[in-house]
Order: sequence, then structure tokens, then C-alpha cells
Amino acid sequence: MHIKHFVIIIFFTMAVCALEYDEARHLLSRTGFGGTPAEIEEILPLTYEQAVDQLLSGLGNGSMIDSPEWTTQLPEVKPRKNKALLQVMSEDQKKQYRRLMRQRRNQKGVHLKMWWYKQMIHTDSPLTERMVLFLHNHFTSSLKKVKFPYLLYQQNMLFRKYVKGNFRDLTQAVAKDPAMILYLDNQTNRKGKPNENFARELLELFTLGEGNYTEEDIKQGARAFTGWMVSKRDGLYQFNERFHDAGDKKFMGQVGNFNGEDIVNIVFTNPQVAKYMVNKLWIEFISPAPVKEEVDRLAKIFVDSDYEMLPLLRALFLSEHFRSRENYAQQIKSPVELIVGTLRMFKVHVTNHRQLVQYGKQLGQDLFDPPNVKGWPGGNEWITSHTLLNRRQMLERALRGNDMFMQRFWVWDYLDKKMKMSSWIGLTSEEKMQKVQLTLLAADPVNKSESKELLAHIKSFVLDLSYQLK
Amino acid sequence: MNRRDFIKIAGLSLIAPQLLAQKTDPTINSKTLVLLELKGGNDGLNTVVPYSDEKYYKLRPQLAVRREQVLQLSPELGLNPVMEKFMPIWQEKELAVICGVGYPEPNRSHFRSIEIWETGSDSNDYLQDGWIARLFEESDPGKLLADGIILGNNEGGPLAGLNMRNIFMRNPKQFFQQAKKLKELQAKTNNNALKHLLKVQQDIHTAAQDLEKKVMENSMAGSQFPPSQIGKQLQIAANIITSDTPVAVIKVSHGGFDTHSGQRAKHDRLLQQLSNALHSFRKTLIEKGKWNDTLVMTYSEFGRRAYENGSKGTDHGTAAPHFMMGGKVRGGIYGKQPELTELKKGDLVYHVDYRSMYSTVANKWWNVSNDFSKDYEMINCIKS
Repeated sequence: MHIKHFVIIIFFTMAVCALEYDEARHLLSRTGFGGTPAEIEEILPLTYEQAVDQLLSGLGNGSMIDSPEWTTQLPEVKPRKNKALLQVMSEDQKKQYRRLMRQRRNQKGVHLKMWWYKQMIHTDSPLTERMVLFLHNHFTSSLKKVKFPYLLYQQNMLFRKYVKGNFRDLTQAVAKDPAMILYLDNQTNRKGKPNENFARELLELFTLGEGNYTEEDIKQGARAFTGWMVSKRDGLYQFNERFHDAGDKKFMGQVGNFNGEDIVNIVFTNPQVAKYMVNKLWIEFISPAPVKEEVDRLAKIFVDSDYEMLPLLRALFLSEHFRSRENYAQQIKSPVELIVGTLRMFKVHVTNHRQLVQYGKQLGQDLFDPPNVKGWPGGNEWITSHTLLNRRQMLERALRGNDMFMQRFWVWDYLDKKMKMSSWIGLTSEEKMQKVQLTLLAADPVNKSESKELLAHIKSFVLDLSYQLK
Repeated sequence: MNRRDFIKIAGLSLIAPQLLAQKTDPTINSKTLVLLELKGGNDGLNTVVPYSDEKYYKLRPQLAVRREQVLQLSPELGLNPVMEKFMPIWQEKELAVICGVGYPEPNRSHFRSIEIWETGSDSNDYLQDGWIARLFEESDPGKLLADGIILGNNEGGPLAGLNMRNIFMRNPKQFFQQAKKLKELQAKTNNNALKHLLKVQQDIHTAAQDLEKKVMENSMAGSQFPPSQIGKQLQIAANIITSDTPVAVIKVSHGGFDTHSGQRAKHDRLLQQLSNALHSFRKTLIEKGKWNDTLVMTYSEFGRRAYENGSKGTDHGTAAPHFMMGGKVRGGIYGKQPELTELKKGDLVYHVDYRSMYSTVANKWWNVSNDFSKDYEMINCIKS
């Protein structure tokens, strides 16, 4: 066969299975922060499966921006106090000193949040960031409680390391993660004086879900994690044998001198872990209403692969339910998705990332500071009269573009000039507006825009309630 | 016809909002309930201290409130000394202390247990709507500006329900400024997410119109509130109530009660903030003649374990005392303090089902019956 014919055949097959514009939009918006017209155009020639595999190949390999300088230095968990100095200080001076230390810590916290926003805006693998966000909301820890930004940064890096790894290994690592140890009080979980906080959440929120364990399992489990601490010297995990309860524990029907690792391993012998996690991933990526049969099928894939994330995510994105048009626009964008998605979509140049941190907070998602150990509830609960008004205000400012912290480099003049997208050439202005709508909105707009001008159209779409959907 | 049907019909035929006023229940309409959530699980034993019980001091060698320091309410019970601003309220007989509040088969998960309290369900029963939402479903609170105003956080809790018109507000001034920009929207959709968005937008539109004038004109009320989060929230609540704005429920929340470690200082600070803020709240409402139309009720997902843990804190527990206060409250101690010698798995055994409080609010405060009226005995702490 002549090579030319071969190419034609390939081209023909591809054309047959190639993505529809709305399918591509859906895939990019559900696995990332939404696609610009150029990003959508880029994957249009691929088959759906190829597009998913391309996204997954970037998972965990995304570009990274520089982190704040202090993240490369090991901190002391207790800021070393100069005892001699403290002794000569007056009460007022001590107060001032403490305030200074607190301010310094808060500054670092803000810088950490700014760093993650930047990372999400600039990454070439939005899926990686979405998965890290998912894990941050699953294995929650907050700056408010942990107090050391460095440890939260380390936890974030831990999620990145395991984002396509083994979920049991990740759970083992999280149990030894210093931020987690401080967040759920394992630092004070000692032999004879157990603190149940971590053991409880491990079972209730991280692996099995409520109703799949007993109060006794929590009590016994807590004993197994005694002595798992953070070193005050270097902020690293440290096993403190003298605080560890080495007695027999009866946990989920088994008896033995279990340590924390054993507990995690026993928990993972229960396939309920897979079901629980698939349900959560479904709600994150597909719809608010998981379908039992399909959850069971996906959970089996998860168990059969010994809790590897990659095969599960692939099956999830290839699921008919993920692809179904019935599930388009059924989810509400999280504040971070709304903010980062809008900035990415319109190539808004942000001059002051501190403001983004502020917006996230006003919209109800303060990164690194989830409201409690269960994380942000998400879904419809993102929207209240308070947050809806703030969302609108944020979007108006982003669109205005002459905001003190955002300069606009938009609007898509590349539709005609820069990008030279083949499929857009020759379209009438009406057809172009159709495509703009298809790019920006997952559902029909609630307000019909009457303007004939492209820019006014875009503004109307972004301020439409449908823009809140994905 | 219940409220849901009525709203449906009203929606379909676009009955003018004024006509809805015909269904007004004047009782609910003029009497505001302030729900005060103690988030995280308040330690009852260090709030209302059983100071005459040796066992208390044995269970809590590090955390106990010293006997000579408690503010005595009775020969057995006394308040944590940081709550001194509660004492004038107690002396005026406007503070009801309800001891040993809980429910059978207690759940010790924050999320599940607060869900139980918010929906008014049994321990093993799952209900969709908040208990207030269900109450208003049956007994229409009438033409209010909003059924509920939620200050402080973004959780409707007891007010969560499909037909509830709730307003979530952090900063009233900002809220009104932004609300003006919203248009009234009418659209039909099967998409649940979009439905929710449309409803919230409509709620904002309706409430903002009237509320603004009243609340902002009245914003001078009670400038003497403490600057704590709970102080700020109660100040806004006082503004709303004293501006004659018809709102059935105002929910405020006071967070940080999940004191697993280093409890004493944290918990004392929270209780002090609470009592200072409520003191200002009461003072303002008395000055403006609204204290008789206001009932404050506290709630929390659970109390804490009777014995302290190794981190100078307490773990998740069960029963705890709660407070009601207001001009119409009949002050005193109600219920029964759980015996420290009769712990169950280290936890206090409840004596008053939490739904007795809800039943009391419905029947005695609003004069309407709710699902709990039959099954849960009312507490005689509200004057008719």
C-alpha cells in the first residue's frame, strides 16, 4: 500500500472517531480548569481514548513554578526561642516578639497560597492540579491548626508524588506526614493516653466511610499510632518508641501487636475502601449522583490493580457516565476552578496574586485552610447568597481587566489573528459567537445576550449563571 | 395545603408576593429565634461545672475548674468563672440551663452528629432537611423578609431545605451593594445545579430590597459589642431584630470547641467571648424593647468525654448542657445533670432528648406543633 493511501486511511479513521467540540470542552473542563478555544482545537483530531491518555500521560509530570525560598530550608518545628533574651524582656516586649513571630508565619502562609494559585494558572497539566486539590480536600490539613507553612508545602509535594501512584502507599505516607500528625493531634497520641483524632478520621473520612467500623476499632486503632510523632528538631516524622503502646490490639476482628502500618494494611483488605474512594472521585469528576453498578465496576478495577490510581482514573474518564451528555453542566465550579479557569481562559495577567488568595477566601475556598477535617462540602453548597454575589464581583473585576491587580491581554484577538485556527476561518460572526458560547458555557445561557458585538457577548456569558456550571 | 404546595401554586400563577401575606402566622412572624451553634463539640463539664462532685476532679486532674472559682447556680452546679457576664442574666431569671442534653445511641463523628442535631433525626435515621425547614413546611412562618439569616459561616444547618428562603451574609453593607446589581430572573430548568443558582439569586433579590433600608438605618444599634467573631455576628443579629425586620430565625456560630489538646485556655477564651457577646446582645435588645420577642438557644454536635485525655484536652463525647435565654425565658436549671459515676464507655448518659428543646421552641415559643411535639416532652422554660 502506498504511504499516501495509508495516511489518507488513518486520517479518515481519525476523522470518524475524532472528538466533537463539546466533548473536548467537557473533557478539559472536568479534568482541568476548562480549555481555551486553542486548547480545545488541539485535541479535536484525537479519538476520545487518545485524548484521555494524553491527559493521563501528563499526570504528575506537569511543569512546576518556583516555590517560595523558605520551602527549601528545613524549619524548626518550635521556633527556637532565645531564652536569655526572653528573660530580660518585659511582658510587653514578649508580647511584641510573639506577635512578630506570628506575623512572620502568617506571611509565609499567604505566600504558600499564592504559590499554589500561580502553579495552577501556569501548569501544563491541569489534571495534576485537580488531583492535588482533590487529595488536599481528602487528606485535609489546615495552616490554622498546623501553623507551619513549610509542613503544608511538604504535604502538597507528597500529594504530587503519589498523584498517579498507589493509594494505599499514599495513605501510609499520609499517616506519617508531619502536617497530618499535627493536624489530627497524633503528636500527643501516647501510650496510656491515646488521642483518637487521627484513628477516627482515618476510618471515617480517609478510607472506609461512616458505618463501616466500630467505636472500639477507633480506640484500638489509636493505640497502634501512639508514638508516631513529628521531631521538634527537624520537623520530620519520628517514631518514639517510649510513647508507643506495644500491647495487643483487637482491630477489625484481628488481634496482634499492631502498629500504624498494620492498621492501614488491615483497613485496605476491606474492598469498601475502593467503593468509598470511587464514590468521592465520581462526585468530584462526574456528577453529584454516583450510579451504584458503575461504582462497583470501577471499585473492582481499583481493587484488582491493588489500589493503583492510574488504571482507576483511566477507567473513570472513559466511563460512559463521564462522557454522557446528560451529565454535562451538572456540577458547580469550585471557587478555585472559577478563578483559575477564568484567568487561564482569558489569559489575564495577574500582577498581585495576594488578591487571588483573598478572592478564594471570599468565595468560600481558602486553600490550605479547609473549614474542617471533612474539607469543603462542594457541589451546590458552594453557592449561597454570600458567595454568589462575591463570585459575580470577582468575575466583573477580572473582565474589566483594568483592575489594580489584573491586566487584560485578551480578548481572543487570536480568534482571527494570532492563533489562526483553521476551523474558525471563514465562519460568519454569528457562527463564531456560537463557538464562543460553546467554549464558555456548559449549558444554554439563562440571559440571552442581545448584542451583536463579540466582546459584549463574552461578558454576558461570563456573568451568566450558566458560567458557574461545568 | 402545606407550604410546599402553596409555594408551587404561587410560583405557577405568579401571585403577587403581597398575597402570600395572607398565610402569615403572626406568632412566628414577630418572634425571632437566634440559633447559636457551638461548633466542634462544647465541653459541657467545664461550662456548667458539677463542682460538688469529687469524681469530676478525679476525672480531670489538669482541666477541672477549681471549686472555689465557679459561679454558683445551685449547690451542685456552677458556671465556668469566665462566664461572669451570664450571672446578671441568671439573676434576672432569664437564663435556662438545660442539663444532660443528648440522644440515644450517640454518634461521635462531628459531621454525622451535627447532621443529627440539624435535621432532628434519630441516630440511625437520615433526613434531608433541617428541623426548622421541616417545621416551616408545615407551619408557614408567613410573609417574612427571609425565613432565615445565616451569619458567620456558609452552613444552613437546621435551616437547610429546598423551600427555605435563607440569606447568608458576612458583611451587610457589602451584601447590599452587590445585591443591587442582580436582576430578577425567571427561568425553568431540570438541571439541579442551575435550579439552585436561580433560587439563590432570587432570594438575594427579594431580601435585599427591603432589608437594606431597615438594617442600614439601624446600624448604630449596640456599638458596645465586643470585637470577637461571635460579638460581630450578634451585633448584626441585633441590628436586624431591632430594625423590625421580620425574620424567623437568625443563625450565628461560634467555632473552635473541638478541644483535643491544650483545652483549658482555648475553651475559657471561647466561653468568655460567648458570654461577653451575649451580654451586649441582651443589653441592646432590652434597650430597644425587643428582648421579649427574642429567644436564644445554643446547640452543639456533642459534649466531650468525661475524663481528660493525655494532651490536656478532651475527646468526642455525648451529652452536654445547653442554654436558652430571652425576655420570655423562665430562668432555672432544667433536665438532670448526668451522673459521673454512671458513665457509659467513659461518656455521660443523656437525660433530655435534644428534640425536647425543638419541641419547646415550636410549641411554647411559636405556638405551633412540630413532628417532635408528641414524642418529646417539652421543657417548661418559656413563659406564655
